[in-house]
Amino acid sequence: MVELERHGSRPDAVDGSFVRSWLDEFAEEVARRRDELTQLDAAIGDADHGVNLDAGLRAVTSRLASEGETALGSDEKTPVAVGSPSADPSDSPVTDAPSVTSPSVGSLLQMVGMTLLSTVGGAAGPLYGSLFLKMAGALDSDSAVTAWEWSQALRVGVGSVSARGRAVAGDKTMLDALLPAVDTLQQMLEKGESLASALVAASGAAHDGMLATVPMVARKGRASYLGERSAGHQDPGATSAHMLVAAAARAAGGDAAAT
Amino acid sequence: MKKLLDKPDDAVRDSLEGLAAAHDELLTVRYEPNMVLRADAPLAGKVSLVSGGGSGHEPMHAGFVGKGMLDAACPGQVFTSPTPDQILAAVRAVDGGAGTLLVVKNYTGDVMNFEMAAEMASESGISTETVLVDDDVAVRDSLYTAGRRGVGATVLVEKCAGAAAEQGRPLEDVAAVARRVVDNSGSMGLALTSCTPPSVGRPLFELGDGEIELGVGIHGEPGRERRPLAPAAELAELLARPILDDLGLGGGDRVLAFVSSLGGTPLMELYVFYRDLVRVLGATGVTVERRLVGSYMTSLEMAGCSVTLLRLDDELTALWDEPVRTAALCWDDRDG
Repeated sequence: MVELERHGSRPDAVDGSFVRSWLDEFAEEVARRRDELTQLDAAIGDADHGVNLDAGLRAVTSRLASEGETALGSDEKTPVAVGSPSADPSDSPVTDAPSVTSPSVGSLLQMVGMTLLSTVGGAAGPLYGSLFLKMAGALDSDSAVTAWEWSQALRVGVGSVSARGRAVAGDKTMLDALLPAVDTLQQMLEKGESLASALVAASGAAHDGMLATVPMVARKGRASYLGERSAGHQDPGATSAHMLVAAAARAAGGDAAAT
Repeated sequence: MKKLLDKPDDAVRDSLEGLAAAHDELLTVRYEPNMVLRADAPLAGKVSLVSGGGSGHEPMHAGFVGKGMLDAACPGQVFTSPTPDQILAAVRAVDGGAGTLLVVKNYTGDVMNFEMAAEMASESGISTETVLVDDDVAVRDSLYTAGRRGVGATVLVEKCAGAAAEQGRPLEDVAAVARRVVDNSGSMGLALTSCTPPSVGRPLFELGDGEIELGVGIHGEPGRERRPLAPAAELAELLARPILDDLGLGGGDRVLAFVSSLGGTPLMELYVFYRDLVRVLGATGVTVERRLVGSYMTSLEMAGCSVTLLRLDDELTALWDEPVRTAALCWDDRDG
């Protein structure tokens, strides 16, 4: 009972504007630390992670922004809320207004996934693309979902990263940041923490997971060609994955400065 | 960085525009998503061959688009695999109704992007087969790595399978030819210098003046060991030996010997190296029945070379000899 009330409570609802801030924050951080990602990738990969992810996220944020404008435009044409004389209830019923002005969380995540898939390339494109596409697929068409539903979708998305990349925890990949993050997120939500504080804790777990990749020997991807020589380097995928979780924490209003 | 570029970040697009201008009789280039198509595609009833990969390996793959080889190539960003929507668009553009063979080099990114494209193609009713090229014997294939990398054998796969498709054979046959080439070839390369991707602006790795990287990958991946530079004859032995061992080649075997510059090594040195390679092979009793020497699979301006050996049988030899008309490989009926 308590669970239901908490998960259904408004302050913790995840909606389109959360998705936008999440991706904006992620894009900003990747752009700011593009060279750091490139350096990490140059050490054990092929030095393209920062450049490609940055390019893909710039495409994502510009599409999210133009979706926002489209929604605003429709809003101006059909100001149903104020009962403009031009509003014809038959072709713009009041009940449809929320879906016109705010695309569903799922449809936004779908767009993010498709955009990353078509712009990033390399291994990061299909992996981040699958994460968002499967998240989208796990959500219904509601314009807002509960924190718990969102965390469940994130778990499905992370599972698809594992399936697509045929990787598991300890392989020195994105998953080493994502798996502990989603575990922590759901544990905190179950304890009754707010989405913001649960995401701050998740971001901390992603950070620890990212640092834990340093001594690991890579078993997947280009870094695996190095064998033992890959130990001693932080995984660039785990690094950008931590940025993704930290961005969600900031989007939820949490202070993720610590991580 | 000292390169002939306009805007470093636009290098791929600018180069494709140049390719289109240089070879408009052979191919058509479409942009966003980027694809290089055989000028007369789609060919009704013919199995189409689609390949692709990161840019920076020119002439691979776009230089092999044309009669007798690829129907389409999807160039990604430099050293970055093409994307699923891009690959799907190319598959659709050249679909002749007989199915598509996807030629994929074994790199994590390429494998995943082509896999997603194949899933999408099958959803839209186009049957595909995928052949994974993994010929780099410098990488030990194990559960704990991404497996052997795809390198020089890719050119030979595209040539032989392309010839089979041109003969009108069905998809299963064309795929079987491609897999036979993969199963019977091995490669190994060495780097004398590093290379600099245009938008990175710095060399991918550092090599000392007198040092070489033995077993280097085509994206500058580390190989088996760093060692001091040695005479070409010794290096030919160092590259050929692991391939001969891996394929179990010996007296009486016939091979196609393929030596490619990695981009920065001139033909003069390549011929010196090829002469030495022929001596190494001769000493083991292996007959060089066909050969290919030049810049065919490169790593930007990296100096160095790679050796690929393909064990030939009568059918593969005949397919190799079939006419081909692409920007990088072009001959009429070939005899020996």
